[in-house]
Amino acid sequence: MAFLELTGIQKRFGEVAAVQNFDLAAEAGEFVSFLGPSGCGKTTTLRMIAGFERPTSGKIVVKGVDITNRAPNQRNVGMVFQSYALFPNMTVADNVGFGLKVRKQPKDQIRKRVGELLELIHLPDKAGRYPWQLSGGQQQRVALARALAIEPQVLLLDEPLSALDAKIRVSLRNEIRAIQRQLGITTVYVTHDQEEALSLSDRIVVMSEGRIEQTGTPFEIYNFPSTGFVARFVGTLNVVSAKVLDPTAGTLETAGQPIRAAGPISGGHSGDSVTVALRPEIISLGAREGMNQLSGVVDDVTFLGSIVRVRIRFSDGSGAISFDTFNNPHLAVPDRGTAVTISFPPEACLVLDRAEIAAAAAPEDPDAA
Amino acid sequence: MTNAALPLSAPGTPSARPVRRRIGWGWLGIVPFLLFAFLFLIAPTAYLVVGSFQNAKGALTLENFQQLFSPAIIATYGNSIEISLVTALAGGIFGFLLAYAVISGGLPGILRSALMTFSGVASNFAGVPLALAFIFTLGRVGLFTIFMRTVLGVDLYAGDFSLYTKLGLEIVYLYFQFPLMILIIAPAIDGLKKDWREAAENMGASSFQYWRHVALPILMPSLLGTMILLFGNSFGAQATAYQLTGGFIDIVTIAISRQMRGDVLYDPNLGYALAMGMVVIMAISITAYSLLQRRSERWLK
Repeated sequence: MAFLELTGIQKRFGEVAAVQNFDLAAEAGEFVSFLGPSGCGKTTTLRMIAGFERPTSGKIVVKGVDITNRAPNQRNVGMVFQSYALFPNMTVADNVGFGLKVRKQPKDQIRKRVGELLELIHLPDKAGRYPWQLSGGQQQRVALARALAIEPQVLLLDEPLSALDAKIRVSLRNEIRAIQRQLGITTVYVTHDQEEALSLSDRIVVMSEGRIEQTGTPFEIYNFPSTGFVARFVGTLNVVSAKVLDPTAGTLETAGQPIRAAGPISGGHSGDSVTVALRPEIISLGAREGMNQLSGVVDDVTFLGSIVRVRIRFSDGSGAISFDTFNNPHLAVPDRGTAVTISFPPEACLVLDRAEIAAAAAPEDPDAA
Repeated sequence: MTNAALPLSAPGTPSARPVRRRIGWGWLGIVPFLLFAFLFLIAPTAYLVVGSFQNAKGALTLENFQQLFSPAIIATYGNSIEISLVTALAGGIFGFLLAYAVISGGLPGILRSALMTFSGVASNFAGVPLALAFIFTLGRVGLFTIFMRTVLGVDLYAGDFSLYTKLGLEIVYLYFQFPLMILIIAPAIDGLKKDWREAAENMGASSFQYWRHVALPILMPSLLGTMILLFGNSFGAQATAYQLTGGFIDIVTIAISRQMRGDVLYDPNLGYALAMGMVVIMAISITAYSLLQRRSERWLK
């Protein structure tokens, strides 16, 4: 039996179904992320685990105990809020020790535990400070320590880094992961930031419109998306139109040039129009033996720091493809207007089915979903 | 270095000219306010400060302040302080509970706008019209009194109750005190974040523990600050009390008007000293309110 189990969870707000058919089994010590755009139901699911929302139907079980109808203060589940939610009238030490105080723990025990946790979050000298005297990153670390103080069975983090600037976000997420590994606590992390989810998680649950789109390791989610939504939402994607030449051989034609998929195109017929998705980082500049090759003209070059993103346009006007190349000052990046050939392996061609075509072709606006 | 000795900018260039600060037209806009403040606040205050240190002949004296410690005047201050304390506490607690129920009690939103509109009107409804309204409603022959007696058979005046006593005056004052509390405390209640309650519950706190350790301490500066403001509001009221009791209840504002009008007593310099006493109490109230408000703003922003 899994440590944390959500079975058949549904949540409706009036006529609106916020979460539907949600099933999850997380093992003890596992770090699971809920990833999806705003309004996809990830925070609602987290709040149901915390007890702030009651599921319309379904069951939540922690360590074999059904907690579905327990009050939030009877669950022993720690939560870190997006807004930190530190009590402004209390010092850092009082905030961290609050959960122990309301549980009527002896004062010296509280002091000892608070000291340990402040060491853990590298803020041992800030015990007497008030929240408004701390930076955003420090406040979030205190919020983490406060959630851990009660030794919760499950740790819940609701977009804890979204209010912080980019550099602090990266360092703090590494710190969160290190602490989680050190304590071995089962953790559910909500984010709409794919990079955060990919870098932190043992497993990712990608959600859209209240449903689970795919559950898998970061490697599986990124490299083998099972739906068009996942392919589009996780990472950057090129979407090009293609025509099926031979479905059994997996051959297609795009921009008037033949390409090959890794295997047969299931359900496809010769002459069918399909959509092919390609990740930019898997495409390389120049012709390569045994790989798909497409020729076009460089349309745009975007410098992104460590990488350079190049967009080529096909001469028949059928579309464009972007690809990434490492920024190497000793290697020239093609100029705009240069005719180039790009290569990519057949395995990189993700042929989307018709239902997924519409999703993949939709503009990339996470907030709109 | 040949250019080391060169001036940074040659004389006569625009940057070398002294900058002349021009008086902006914006100042013209606040001239009426400054004039008003001078004529009706600063000048009268200065006049009463000077007057409080003079006798009837204009000679310098401390006698007026010595009189403030006479038993009659101490009792007058005592009455004012008692009425102000009672109405600040009762109005404060009642207003807070009402505001909390409407803002955070899950009641329909329309109730909040209705209460706020009423509070905006009622908090400014004081003086002679308020006293008359209560006399016509709760007086010996008031509408409500007659209704209770004739229809329900309850005589409000059968016991010790009278609208023209200290208790009656306190009831009348509450009419503008609790709406003022609602108006001022509402933003503080709005500032109580839902996340704080959830965080407290998440760590195992009961509703009582949340209120005891989190919500009340956070609201306390605002609550105390607003109650101090109510205290000052009540302490400075005169027309309502005068119209309702005809000066029968001895409070500081009525004592001052007695010394100024001179129907029976006439000692304007003592009146100035009484007013100085009020100024001191009001200044303490406003300072305490400002300090508490600053603390509360830091917590609730």
